Amino acid sequence: MKTRLERREHRSGLLFVAPLIAVLILVAGWPLARTLYFSLTDAYLDDSANHVLVGFSNFVEVAGDPVWWRAVRNTLIFTTISVAIETVLGLAIALLVHQAIPGRGLVRAAILVPWAMPVVVSTKIWEWMLNDQFGVVNRAIVGLGFADHGVAWTANGSLLLGVVIFIDVWMTTPFMVLLILAGLQILPEEIFEAAEVDGIPWWKRLWSITLPLLAPTIGVAVLFRVLDALRMFDLAYVLAGANVNAMTMSIYARDRLINNQELGVGSAASTMVFLLIAFVAIFIVGALRLDRSGATER
Amino acid sequence: MASVALRSVSKSFGHVPVINDVNLEIADGELVVFVGPSGCGKSTLLRLIAGLVPVGAGDVVIDGEVVTDIPASKRGIAFVFQSYALYPHMTIARNIGFALETLGLSRQEIDAKVAEVAVTLKIDHLLARRPRELSGGQRQRVAIGRALVRQPEVFLFDEPLSNLDSDLRMEMRMEIAKLHANLAATMIYVTHDQVEAMTLADRIVVLNKGCIEQIGTPQQLYHAPQNRFVAGFIGSPRMNFTAVSANVSGASCHLMGPGNLSLDVAITGPGVPAEIGVRPEALSIAAARQGKLTGTLERLEDLGHEHLAYVRIAPETAWSVRLPNSLARTALGTSIGLDWRFEDLFLFDKDGHRLDHSLSHERSAAANGALA
Repeated sequence: MKTRLERREHRSGLLFVAPLIAVLILVAGWPLARTLYFSLTDAYLDDSANHVLVGFSNFVEVAGDPVWWRAVRNTLIFTTISVAIETVLGLAIALLVHQAIPGRGLVRAAILVPWAMPVVVSTKIWEWMLNDQFGVVNRAIVGLGFADHGVAWTANGSLLLGVVIFIDVWMTTPFMVLLILAGLQILPEEIFEAAEVDGIPWWKRLWSITLPLLAPTIGVAVLFRVLDALRMFDLAYVLAGANVNAMTMSIYARDRLINNQELGVGSAASTMVFLLIAFVAIFIVGALRLDRSGATER
Repeated sequence: MASVALRSVSKSFGHVPVINDVNLEIADGELVVFVGPSGCGKSTLLRLIAGLVPVGAGDVVIDGEVVTDIPASKRGIAFVFQSYALYPHMTIARNIGFALETLGLSRQEIDAKVAEVAVTLKIDHLLARRPRELSGGQRQRVAIGRALVRQPEVFLFDEPLSNLDSDLRMEMRMEIAKLHANLAATMIYVTHDQVEAMTLADRIVVLNKGCIEQIGTPQQLYHAPQNRFVAGFIGSPRMNFTAVSANVSGASCHLMGPGNLSLDVAITGPGVPAEIGVRPEALSIAAARQGKLTGTLERLEDLGHEHLAYVRIAPETAWSVRLPNSLARTALGTSIGLDWRFEDLFLFDKDGHRLDHSLSHERSAAANGALA
């Protein structure tokens, strides 16, 4: 039996979250429901009112399209490699910047620059720098005598995905540095002093103290980055359009939806992207909870 | 085991001087306590000895060897932190044995050492737990165990009991005293708690504003403080002070002050008294105009085992009096006298240095007797 006070607190709690729920239904729930619905129809974008239900045939069509599987493969490769590099690099830079080195403030500010730039801008800048004839990168390579002629970075299909990963690492490592640095700064300093007095060498301090205590922070950072990378669209699209060598799942969905005007099939692809990301998110969050039971409290 | 020495050690943080030219010799096996008000530099001094903070000038010497440029890990010391600083993600057993893992010992050897220390500290039933599952007192035992297992030359304690409640503090205080007696190890102990300082210390170092005010046994500091700061810092409630005007003629000196104070004292050294001090426990209540001082009874506090009376002797000065019995029959606001034995009087010159008078040497002698 709840007391009146409890009931009142419960009611005011509901009142406070009501606006948020209303907004969520409006901006997330409704479009999601529409997409789910259209994925079961044969609608076309130019006349979406005119359609019939076709069951799961759109999903079957997407699943039978080798281009879709290529996009899935690209996305997974991109996500795995870029997030892995960003995590290791981010951790290393955060540990470095965490030290009391001279000019630390300046370094911290400078590190943020790539992240603060719009994706389209940095992608375009890198595209120019990597241009096979006029790019500064090729100029340097040829000038320094590493090669006789420039490399066709963005035109060469096998290099394209690597270039996408490289630009993403350049852009989002600062985000990793920032999150891990924040995690480092809240670790109690005395624990590390205790280890220092106890004669624990630096690599053992890093491996047995810093990393386990930092695990929840790194976990959250990786979660953010993985979810972001799985739905990546802008970078690859600005750099290569619908080029199949760098096509991500999001670009595939957009391609079907806008270029081909196939609202039904595009919605089915979008739904599959959504399900895949949701699955990965649930998996990582679950793994984090398990980690967290041991590591946070002092 | 080892001796510790500080030679002209100074340290500044930025432009703020924290430690000023400190010289100190700590004998092998001695337990020395640093006390002082917050911000006096006592923790910094301990961290300088540990090597957690580099010295600005001067030298730190451990066991006859200058260790000023040697890192903390190589100084043969163990440090117990106020926050315990346990590794939160490790079991208690691993917390204690962690430092041994890098020494090339086998798992069995480490386990055996950890078990031995755990039994000594009565935490052997907690070895499989993690720090957050332990109470504050248990965590502090683990922190001490972590220091103990390494068999260091010197133990450094930075306010180790400050986060514990008073019962536990008393218990752990006795444990540390016992530990010191058993190990005969050199220990340096920082605290702001006078009781800890008085009960644990072989010698106490009183620090103020980064300088040593006095070094001595607890008895010396209590009975023969060198200056007003030490006199006021050691003892609880603190010593009562009041400014006096002195009329010196030869060796004898007439003192006048608030509360109808009028006293003749015989100064045995140079200097003119500017202030007198009497400890609350040395004061007794007399009838009005019968004691050496007269004041108004302002407040009574009954602490059960003792009673505190506050007597206002001047508009800005109230003296506290520590009494074994209640003053229940004395109404607040009445005028009463305060008396003391002559040897309980402390005299200070205008710079705060204590002056000897004809009876004070008996007190010094008593202090030296207590030491021996």
